[in-house]
Amino acid sequence: METLFACCIGFLTACGVFLMLRGRTFPVVLGLTMLSYAVNLFLFSSGRLTLRGAAVLGTTEQYADPLPQALVLTAIVIGFAMTAFLVILAIRARADLGNDHVDGKLPESELSKKESR
Amino acid sequence: MTLMWILLLPLLGTLVPLLAAKWNRSACALATALPPAIALMLVLLHTGQVLSGETVRFFLSWIPLLGLDISIRLDGLAYLFSLLILGIGLLIILYARYYLSERDSMPRFYAYLMLFMTAMLGIVLSGNLLQLWMFWELTSISSFLLISFWWHKAEARRGARMALTVTGAGGLALLAAFLLIGQVVGSYDLDVVLASTDVIQQHSWYPVLLVLFLLGCFTKSAQFPFHFWLPNAMAAPTPVSAYLHSATMVKAGIFLLARFYPALSGTELWFILVSLTGLATLLIGAYLALFKHDLKGLLAYSTISHLGLITLLFGMGTDLAAVAGVFHIINHATFKASLFMAAGIIDHESGSRDMRKLNGLWQFMPITATLAMVAAAAMAGVPLLNGFLSKEMFFAETLHQHLLGSLSWVIPVLATVAAIFSVAYSMRFIHDVFFNGQPKGLTKTPHEPPRYMRVPVEVLVALCILVGIFPAYLIGDLLHAASASVLGGVVPEYSLAIWHGFNLPLMMSILALAGGTLIYVNRKHLFDFQNTLPDVDALNSFEGGVKSLIARCDQFYQWLDNGSLQRYMMLALLTFVVLAGAPLLELDTLWGGRDELPIDAVNATGAAMLLIAAFATVVWHRKRVVALLMISVVGLMVSIAFTRFSAPDLALTQLSVEVVTVILLMLALFFLPHKTPKQSEAPRVVRDVSIASMVGVLVGSLSYALMTRPLSSISEYFLANAKTGGGGTNVVNVILVDFRGFDTMGEIAVLGIASLGIFKLLTRIPIFKPSSDGEGRPWATERHSVLLSTVAQSLLPLAIMVSVYIFFRGHNLPGGGFIAGLITAVAIILQYIAQGVDWVKARMDVEYQRVVAVGLLIALFTGVASWAFGKPFLTSWFDYFDIPLLGEIELASAIAFDLGVYITVVGSTLLILASLGKMTTSHRPVHKDTI
Repeated sequence: METLFACCIGFLTACGVFLMLRGRTFPVVLGLTMLSYAVNLFLFSSGRLTLRGAAVLGTTEQYADPLPQALVLTAIVIGFAMTAFLVILAIRARADLGNDHVDGKLPESELSKKESR
Repeated sequence: MTLMWILLLPLLGTLVPLLAAKWNRSACALATALPPAIALMLVLLHTGQVLSGETVRFFLSWIPLLGLDISIRLDGLAYLFSLLILGIGLLIILYARYYLSERDSMPRFYAYLMLFMTAMLGIVLSGNLLQLWMFWELTSISSFLLISFWWHKAEARRGARMALTVTGAGGLALLAAFLLIGQVVGSYDLDVVLASTDVIQQHSWYPVLLVLFLLGCFTKSAQFPFHFWLPNAMAAPTPVSAYLHSATMVKAGIFLLARFYPALSGTELWFILVSLTGLATLLIGAYLALFKHDLKGLLAYSTISHLGLITLLFGMGTDLAAVAGVFHIINHATFKASLFMAAGIIDHESGSRDMRKLNGLWQFMPITATLAMVAAAAMAGVPLLNGFLSKEMFFAETLHQHLLGSLSWVIPVLATVAAIFSVAYSMRFIHDVFFNGQPKGLTKTPHEPPRYMRVPVEVLVALCILVGIFPAYLIGDLLHAASASVLGGVVPEYSLAIWHGFNLPLMMSILALAGGTLIYVNRKHLFDFQNTLPDVDALNSFEGGVKSLIARCDQFYQWLDNGSLQRYMMLALLTFVVLAGAPLLELDTLWGGRDELPIDAVNATGAAMLLIAAFATVVWHRKRVVALLMISVVGLMVSIAFTRFSAPDLALTQLSVEVVTVILLMLALFFLPHKTPKQSEAPRVVRDVSIASMVGVLVGSLSYALMTRPLSSISEYFLANAKTGGGGTNVVNVILVDFRGFDTMGEIAVLGIASLGIFKLLTRIPIFKPSSDGEGRPWATERHSVLLSTVAQSLLPLAIMVSVYIFFRGHNLPGGGFIAGLITAVAIILQYIAQGVDWVKARMDVEYQRVVAVGLLIALFTGVASWAFGKPFLTSWFDYFDIPLLGEIELASAIAFDLGVYITVVGSTLLILASLGKMTTSHRPVHKDTI
């Protein structure tokens, strides 16, 4: 199971990184969201995988590690705040700069394409 | 403590001239002279101790962890230098009183001078390497201020900049050397370092630290090839040239050579580097000095040459050479300072320093002329003057060294050549200025200076003569004590007599005098030859070099920082790959010895869906709505994974965050293009896929390595104490609101700040009105779906009830403030979606930024409340109460804190979504029916 879990984390990371390297803001936001899934799962997995061991006292014999869970819980909420901030920044940037490229200006190749049209 | 005052007095003295600025000039000078005079007396108080070979120390622990202490140490060498610095400093103060004109700011000058004096004393008295270095840098800075004293002159500014650059760069090298020495020896204490000769010299870093150390010394002491800054520093007022650039500061490098002589010298490398540099500087300085028409220029090159001579002496490696070096330091300081002051007088009273104009000044200023001639004769090494004695010792030592094996005879020959030129330029100084016809084209008639302006020169010249005639009586003890500290205690036999009989050194002296006269008489041919050589302006070439260096750096910077975020992202990720990948390469196997859990069908299916959805997101990332749908599937799978692996709290949180995230991104798409234009060329895609795969492989491997390793966690403590210490059975929640409450407090603060930031970003945003979706279809005109609004309205009380339930049970079962807050927020958002902003606003007029603030304040006050009970911030409290009808219930202060979390989460989420939602509403095409 651990192998599969690690593969999932790796694949999510790879997808997130690829999207983050795109030039437009929206895919970057998606990439960042994807990356935060991966990071949350990674942090969570540092408490090792446990089946049927929710850290509620008296419900089971073997408890999962509660500390990474507490950390990840706040990380999820803050991740949302960060995504939201990024999205709004993207909207604001598009409104102010007139395009949604992460560099704030369209690359020259694209500009020339536009002009030739 | 008296030692401390030697340093503190000049430092306080920097304020004196500024405070005394209102008084007349003489009073100001007198007041300024007072602190160094007292300091000089304090130094003299220790004469007995120091001359008997004792080292006086003062120690004050400062930052012991960094090895940084205030440590003052007065031994023979420091004593000698302190006398020079304070004694000549006092003479300079007197001299400058008459030298500075009415227009110059005298307080500013004196303040800089005192600052320099402090710095210089700090260098010679430091018993700690780092402290020494700090004062070393301070001399560079105060020298910069003094050279640029006449900042209205371009040459002063340029000269000051160059001096600062060169000596500052050397200072950095010196710092590196000191840090290395500190690493090697394990202490920055000077005594420890000086006692660790073998440790330092046998260490593999020795060559590196020696070169760095010498770079520091040579730049400061204007050794070839760093000598060029000194002549340009002559743009400074003459008292500064006399004080800093001949008598004291340029000796700082040589002081360091002497100071670290016991620890660093004695190796082949030291001999080669130090003696050859010294020899080259000696020759070049002596030769070039002859051709300078500027009086100060001549003296500057002569200074360079003499500094080279002293360096050569320290490089020879014999004990007697070191004694001769110390002796020449004293002699050079006296005759060169007096020569500079004489040059200043000539400049001051005749209006020129150009030796082509200055001729026959003997008739105008006979006394000054006599003084200058005596000092120049000492510089040339004429018998019965101090310069002769040290030069004789120098000649004798050149004959005794074996630096260059069978070619060692070259060194005495070259030394004689340098001495010949030294005699020649000294003669030029005397003959050209005071005789040689009549002055040409002077603006004013030269005359003798004010009486007291000549006093410092007279004192120093008297010293030249007295030391020259009675060396043993006057400075025998001082020289012995200073040499003892250079040589580590053992001083060889030497004789300070004037007459040693007809020996080889005397022959060399006579040869130098004769040869020098010959060259001076025939100087015209040499001048003609020199004029055919190209004239290199050190200032211009230096500035050109600096400019091109800056241009190169700029180019590199432009290349690195081209403004593209995409590029930065790539560089950051590549750095990560390198930094995280390198340690993994050294790991033998990823597997850490822990058995894996079996894979069951549910997990396998979930994983497959996750992978497919993630891949689909990437593939369809240019169709934004589809990508959004796909990524929400990923989020859903993640929350299922949390459920599966015993983290119900996380699953609940992830699920509700997923809902708000998707709503947020949907709203955002209203303002952003719906499709991403195809932009990435194939090579770019290949590049990004490779980077992404590398990062993915690394993170996956790390995660696997982590998961298969046995767990040793601090969580045992939390599990054991959750119930007894925190009063709850849901350990995750107890950690959040109790054990790590302070963290949670910070986290909700971040959440609140982010939402407020968003609120501000959206205010007064330039309107961008999309009238249709990406496909060109106009927006739907139906205002709100009746079905949705009915369902939403009836769901609201239910949802609120659920969230209240989730909130209260959170302490003991999965749930809590975060999750409850998100559920409440989703329920309210549903009303916005179903009914519109106006409808909600009419029924619930709340400013969400206030809600955020209230939530944060509740959490904060819960924490502060524990102070009222004398407990630390956020100490939790709980107890069980037996309430009639309800039975026994638990009340915990953590509930109040969780309430703060709840309110903050609700407020922030709604602030974010409602602010954005309001924007879309105001741009929505208005439906005809509603008008």
